[in-house]
Amino acid sequence: MNLSEKIYAYRRDNNRVGIRNYVVILPVDDISNAACEAVANNIKGTMALPHPYGRLQFGEDLDLHFRTMIGTGSNPNVAAVVVIGIEPGWTQKIVDGIATTGKPVQGFAIEKKGDIQTIADASKAAYGMVRYATGLQREPCDISELWVSTKCGESDTTSGFGSNPTVGNAFDKLYENNNTLLFGETSEITGGEHLVEARCANDAVAKKFMFMFNRYQDMIERFKTDDLSESQPTKGNIEGGLTTIEEKALGNIQKIGKKCRVDGVLDKAEMPTGKGLWFMDSSSAAGEMVTLCAASGYVAHLFPTGQGNIIGNPILPVIKICANPRTVRTMSEHVDVDVTGLLNRDINMDQAGDKLIDVMVRVANGQMTAAEILGHQEFILTRLYESA
Amino acid sequence: MIQFIVHDENDSVGVVTVEGLKTNDTVTGWVMDQDKLIDIKINQDIPIGHKLAIKKLNKDDTVIKYSVDIGRTIANIEVGDHLHVHNVKTKRW
Repeated sequence: MNLSEKIYAYRRDNNRVGIRNYVVILPVDDISNAACEAVANNIKGTMALPHPYGRLQFGEDLDLHFRTMIGTGSNPNVAAVVVIGIEPGWTQKIVDGIATTGKPVQGFAIEKKGDIQTIADASKAAYGMVRYATGLQREPCDISELWVSTKCGESDTTSGFGSNPTVGNAFDKLYENNNTLLFGETSEITGGEHLVEARCANDAVAKKFMFMFNRYQDMIERFKTDDLSESQPTKGNIEGGLTTIEEKALGNIQKIGKKCRVDGVLDKAEMPTGKGLWFMDSSSAAGEMVTLCAASGYVAHLFPTGQGNIIGNPILPVIKICANPRTVRTMSEHVDVDVTGLLNRDINMDQAGDKLIDVMVRVANGQMTAAEILGHQEFILTRLYESA
Repeated sequence: MIQFIVHDENDSVGVVTVEGLKTNDTVTGWVMDQDKLIDIKINQDIPIGHKLAIKKLNKDDTVIKYSVDIGRTIANIEVGDHLHVHNVKTKRW
């Protein structure tokens, strides 16, 4: 695999590289979903991102809501954004956040106008944005300019042998290539936290990683009513043969390969400030984690699965890798990269990693992933606690 | 033909990588880190992805996989036994 080859992608005004070119209609809050969906219905080539939150949140949970909204709109896979909220204050805050990228963004508030007038005004703005976005051309960019995240789902024991180390092999190569990489799933490191700590680039990073790890453990200890079996590991994990969280974690962390160092630690939906491998404190639920990766600015996602998690994301292409022959046989339409050959030694890990990078490059050049073709657009916001 | 995989020869367990293994089958495993093959007779039907014990374990022993602690046994386990949530639990949470 030649990582010095060019990809054809969209270079944004802030010099970030995107591999998709969406015009997003973004609701600030739950009650603005209907207007956003109406605009997306009126104006072809746009996509509404409905979600259930955004009212009466406060403190760190509200900060996370704003980071997620602004981060989603700012993602380089998005060309332009219409923001609609019930009132102008929080709407403008999100518009201003996205505007720092230089991309077209316009906000609309429903109070004092009603849905119908808002939909008309926002539709006119969206019309102009589709004209703009579809006029943009893909241009040669470096593979190293891709921000690549990973998270696994419905893992089983084949994940630990096959699909997760395939991502690890690809991550080792992309790390050497100077890409910006991300992993997370804080609870799913339980039992292997000492191994991740030892991979941190320096003491400050290790300390911050352990702070995030222990913060998540404290939350689990506070709310748990049993040993979490069937939640973490999930029912599907157990069906697939994973017995304990420790076993699942050791499989999970195969995704960071053998050579990458952890160069920095992020809170949820925070954006990295440099190249290398970043850890993001995050839920291990696929929809939440992948949505946070998109909000952090990642443009391609590597998703190994064992039993067959079918997740997608509206703006972040999710590439599925699977080593379980039964899953590949029964759920083939969900699998982008078949690495079952690893289990009977038909291919080695280096070949599997190359195969994955090859598919990632094709997806970067525009080929649709299984999840995109099947319409998986899970946009799942992480909440920290109840609304006021 | 490889029917199960072991990460390291010092691990307690291997993972079945084919479908349809039945009680009393003698199955062949590949030990990845040492790159060698071992044969074990299994004592129950074991589904793909599930683990078999390659070491004898007593109740309250530590189970090792990836050369790391993955939990504790809650029953005695013989070589070739199906090892899963009925005889192993997490040490966390």
